[in-house]
Amino acid sequence: MSASAPVVVASELSRAFGAFVAVDRVSFAVPPGEIFGFLGSNGAGKTTTIRMLCGLLAPTGGSATVLGLDVGRQAAEIKRRIGYMSQRFSLYSDLTVEENLRFWGGAYGLFGGEIAARIEWAIATAGIEAQRRTLVRELPGGFRQRLALVAALLHRPPIVFLDEPTGGVDPEARRRFWDLIDELAAGGTTAFVTTHYMDEAERCHRVALMHAGRLLALDSVPALKRIFPAGSVVEVACRRPAAAMAAIERMAGVEEVALFGERLRVVLARPSAAGGLGELVREVGGEGAELTAVDPSLEDVFIHVIARAEGRAA
Amino acid sequence: MLRRTLAIALKELLQLRRDPRTAFTLLAMPVLLLFIYGYALSFDVQHIRLAVVDEDGSRAARDVTDAFLRSGYFDLVGYGHDARALDPMFASGAAQAAVVVPPRYGDDLAARRHTQLQFVLDGSDSQTATTILAYARQIVASLSPVARTGGGEGAVVGLPLVWYNPDLASARFLVPGLLAFIMMVTAVIATALAIVREKERGTMESLRATPLVAIELLAGKTLPYLLVSFVAASTSLALANLLFQVPVRGSLLWLALVMLLFLAVSLGWGIFISTLAETQQVAFQLGLLSSMLPTLLLSGFIFPISSMPPALQVITHIVPARYFLVALREIVLKGAGPEVWWNQALGLVAYGTVVLGLATVRTVRSL
Repeated sequence: MSASAPVVVASELSRAFGAFVAVDRVSFAVPPGEIFGFLGSNGAGKTTTIRMLCGLLAPTGGSATVLGLDVGRQAAEIKRRIGYMSQRFSLYSDLTVEENLRFWGGAYGLFGGEIAARIEWAIATAGIEAQRRTLVRELPGGFRQRLALVAALLHRPPIVFLDEPTGGVDPEARRRFWDLIDELAAGGTTAFVTTHYMDEAERCHRVALMHAGRLLALDSVPALKRIFPAGSVVEVACRRPAAAMAAIERMAGVEEVALFGERLRVVLARPSAAGGLGELVREVGGEGAELTAVDPSLEDVFIHVIARAEGRAA
Repeated sequence: MLRRTLAIALKELLQLRRDPRTAFTLLAMPVLLLFIYGYALSFDVQHIRLAVVDEDGSRAARDVTDAFLRSGYFDLVGYGHDARALDPMFASGAAQAAVVVPPRYGDDLAARRHTQLQFVLDGSDSQTATTILAYARQIVASLSPVARTGGGEGAVVGLPLVWYNPDLASARFLVPGLLAFIMMVTAVIATALAIVREKERGTMESLRATPLVAIELLAGKTLPYLLVSFVAASTSLALANLLFQVPVRGSLLWLALVMLLFLAVSLGWGIFISTLAETQQVAFQLGLLSSMLPTLLLSGFIFPISSMPPALQVITHIVPARYFLVALREIVLKGAGPEVWWNQALGLVAYGTVVLGLATVRTVRSL
């Protein structure tokens, strides 16, 4: 395997549970050092995909390789060489930080000076020197998450799979967690992350949009946003936003309208509809209404892509 | 392989140290149970409340009372001359047994005429009544002039000689069974809970993603409990020796071997249960039910297997404590070597192989 060969390759990867298809013919490739985001709502098939890639669940169709190893036939070899941080809490709350690290290192077969050195690395990387002898149950959520991440990296895996790693922690802790992922990726570690937070997805090099078991789009965040022609997303500020919203919803050429505080966010099917929108808003929303063209958010993209896919299916 | 197993075992011991409740249950509970059951569970009948009705009043009649009291089993709760006084005493439970000495008892005895003593007994607790009756027969036999003269006219008097447990103290019979019972219950539950806890807390999923294979996981999980249970069992046995004078006549090495075999079976059973249960509560109940009742009822702990109906005797073969108990009693009470109990040990080995094999297969499937 050459240095630039993809670390993960999935082709037509599928998994069915009885009649229910959780993952439906998903294909993608992840190059080394990339932060690869898997974005989707709950039940979209993200966890099922990650479990197949980690050798925890056998595919029922298609195939996938991780580090050149087949997920169906070489699961044991894959487990030795990857890091995995599960959605559920993966540390022992009745053990200290050091004891947890020693255990997880031992579970990966590390010992002696090697494990001691890696524990030091992990504690320094996660920034928890002062808490090394603290029981994990007494750590704040953000610390636990960083600890779980470095615990999954003790055996120096070239790729780490993170399944919704920041559930239930505050935004500041999430930011620190992602700084850590950036740092690791800069060092060459590939990070495969599932999330349903848009702000987290924005920090990925490339994002795969998953919905109902299918991969709907896959690209960098700026490229995904170019689905919309410039001027398609307009922010409206006016005196009577509720009345304006009701009117805009009935207007032709409007894909979506949503209220954010005092402002309305309108997604247009064509930028040319902006003129008609301006007239309508001044008429219904009261005097002094303002229209500003804004960048589409990842959420706009996500909603648009799902609507398009479902429209096609219907 | 060894390193990963050791990592789990070490972690398990650390967690046990942080969890005083479980550590207490494993180490102190056996001792406590032994103490409680050892004193409460006894088939020895003592302090039998005896009433004496003396309708004769002779010296020989007083000898009868003396003989009963001297035996050490009876306490005199009433003495009178009218048998009608017995009714209220039995009804209220003030008396459990009564001897009625008939009129002219002394004269008849002196004249070597045939005479009878009447023994009245509360039969509502049949087991106790049977024991009391046996005591009474022995005492009365000693009063008979035939017995007293040592067999003059050709009468044969049986002189019982009881081996291994000369005073037939039930503690000697019961404590080994109690030990088996306690070991089985604690080992099964401790192992089952230790594994199911990982499922419940979600750490099992992370363990699955490591290179740990089922055998390493199971070995690492059970070895600490094997150690702890072994220490608890040895302590209990030492205590039984001190408190209940249960002897340890056989080789300690053989004793340790048989105990370890039995513990391995118990732990295997615990692992098997962990593959059936998803929560600690279910594991606890399954563990308790499947280890306690069969060991209590079908292992020969309290009820001898030889006196069970044939169908039930067949069923006792699936109770692991059955094999352990026979071997344990042989070693502890009789000092017997492996030539006597090898088939019981073999039974445990076979049982352990099947249970551990089954448990491993099921764990591999669930991993």
